[in-house]
Amino acid sequence: MTEKSYREAISEALSGEMRRDPTVIIMGEDIAGGAGAPGEDDAWGGVLGVTKGLVGEFGRERVLDTPLTESAYIGAAAGAAATGLRPVAELMFVDFMGVCFDQIFNQAAKFRYMFGGKAVTPMVIRTMYGAGFRAASQHSQCLYPIFTHIPGLKVALPSSPYEAKGLLIEAIRDDDPVVFFEHKALYDQTEDVPDEAYTIPFGEANLTREGDDVTIVAFGRMVQFANQAADAVAGEGISCTVIDPRTTSPFDWETVLDCVEETGRLVVVDEASPRCGMATDVAGRVAQEAFDSLKAPIKLVTPPHTPVPFAPNLEDLYIPNPDQVADAVRAVAKV
Amino acid sequence: MTGAIQPLTMPKWGLAMTEGMVTEWLAETGETVAAGADLVEIETTKITNVYEAPFSATLRRVVARPDDVVPVGGLLAVFAEPEVSDADIDAFVDAFSEIFEAEQEAEAASEPTSVTITVAGSALRYLAIDGDPAAPPLVLIHGFGGDLMTWMFNQQPLAAGRTVIALDLPGHGGSTKSIGSGDVDTFADLIVAFLDAIAVAEADLGGHSLGGAIALRIAARYPDRVRRLILLASAGLGAEINGDFLDGLINGSRRKEMKAVLSELVADPSLITRDMIEQMMRFKRLDGVVDAMKTIAAACFDGDRQLPATRTGAGDLPHPVLAIWGDGDRILPASHLSALGATTDSHRLADTGHLPHMEKAAAVNTLIDAFLQRQ
Repeated sequence: MTEKSYREAISEALSGEMRRDPTVIIMGEDIAGGAGAPGEDDAWGGVLGVTKGLVGEFGRERVLDTPLTESAYIGAAAGAAATGLRPVAELMFVDFMGVCFDQIFNQAAKFRYMFGGKAVTPMVIRTMYGAGFRAASQHSQCLYPIFTHIPGLKVALPSSPYEAKGLLIEAIRDDDPVVFFEHKALYDQTEDVPDEAYTIPFGEANLTREGDDVTIVAFGRMVQFANQAADAVAGEGISCTVIDPRTTSPFDWETVLDCVEETGRLVVVDEASPRCGMATDVAGRVAQEAFDSLKAPIKLVTPPHTPVPFAPNLEDLYIPNPDQVADAVRAVAKV
Repeated sequence: MTGAIQPLTMPKWGLAMTEGMVTEWLAETGETVAAGADLVEIETTKITNVYEAPFSATLRRVVARPDDVVPVGGLLAVFAEPEVSDADIDAFVDAFSEIFEAEQEAEAASEPTSVTITVAGSALRYLAIDGDPAAPPLVLIHGFGGDLMTWMFNQQPLAAGRTVIALDLPGHGGSTKSIGSGDVDTFADLIVAFLDAIAVAEADLGGHSLGGAIALRIAARYPDRVRRLILLASAGLGAEINGDFLDGLINGSRRKEMKAVLSELVADPSLITRDMIEQMMRFKRLDGVVDAMKTIAAACFDGDRQLPATRTGAGDLPHPVLAIWGDGDRILPASHLSALGATTDSHRLADTGHLPHMEKAAAVNTLIDAFLQRQ
């Protein structure tokens, strides 16, 4: 066991699965050497270097640099998956996913259903999301609620290096299309990650804190903010359970409902836009199924409903922060 | 005078322990405690353990409060005679932190670390803590689903008198996840090959649970390799075993299930820490682990029964045997002690479950040390 970054954990999941299973291939823009760019074959390894070195070990046949045409290569990945490969396609920023919605929503997500359960589509789309990178409104969105909305897709949001490796290996071995969301701000974070392969099952939430007073459900990068908030209010005598659902589809409703029944108070922290997001989804289900357990109104901590600002000071204001989470916890704990 | 001031520091229980959390002080400021008295409860990555006073003295200053996380070797409290002034104690606390930082760096360099060697084609991880080379080494074998960290409260203290070697069985810890047939004979053969590989001709063997069944089998089949035998809540002595526990340990994946399963191991379920549950879940997620567990369980047990191939009669063994069992063991009944010969040094510990070496570490260490030193 050694300390690894989120980036290394993802890279290790990819290389490990490529060694284990010859049907695993990876494809995307600039993931090998940069199409047509001079220099070493593995000089790029993706825009943030996650796939660096893989072309050297696995060759151009399994590490495919694609043209800047998401609709083409995401469609190719879906077809490859339907015909026996396990492609992992990297779609740089989730913000660009719009140009290949048909391939994802109408094709990959529907194959199993439209072909009477006879087809499987073991593809993974890896993509970066999230604000805080000074990358402006077209490179900073958290579009996982859109994919969660589509039956037939699975959606994973690893919140730490350990989670990233186990969830990605699970995604690659899964027979359904999985959209795998990597938060840009997490790539350099480190923690102990086993050297061996391991899988974290989808639809099993992780409890990163256990407490009696308030349940906090947080997604992706927000999990650590929720942990910081929980630790901050612990000194004030408020104990929190923090739930990292790990996957938004499938979703571990059982754990969320159990915890809300125990604590009677719920705060949901979501970096996605506030309308039709995971926060409203969780709040709606809890209100429907655990209303009698609630001792206080549910609080949602989300950004405002605006594009992600480019001005650094405004971007900082936009992103939910641990203080806001702690304030929400204090507010519901008082009721 | 500062010479009369004694620091109480965070103990290091096992290789992986880097810090501990104080959960409760069992003595009050101003109280004089006797050496060996329960002093403070400390939560570790495995279970919560009581730290017993290492000396007799008066508790003057509690430095680490409940819920404080303190690194190993960090200051927990200060003991001193009543006549030592508060100002002197303040000065001691300040000076301690400076010295502590320097010592920490020096200690990190001399830490014993686990080693992985290949024995008969199997990668085996073990940790050796060197002690008196004149005494036979003690080799410790953990139980089903455990690893060498199960001895975190025992290995270092017992190494005061002898070299103590703890290994991970195949399918467990840092050892290979390919386990072959997974029966007691296969494990016994492999451990004897391991002893060959590390050039140990004769050892004292200690085994917990399934590790006890393996130790018994080694003693029966390779009597010359074993000097004395220590059995802790040992399998291999009777028919019954808690099949629901085994099933839950193998097949449970959710935290709630795992917590309930692991709570069966101890008399006081509050001893099971979040970390222990998390570590078990993380271990089971590794490729090959659950398959290995299923293979071992099928080779050794059948529901609520231990298979005949798992059992070894200890009555006929020529070796001196120390057997320790928790009265409240819910995995293997303490009544299995009766399968041991009349000369066995048997101990039933009150308010103790299936992990006597963790739940009652100090008492178990004392019993083992006395047994091994007996002429």
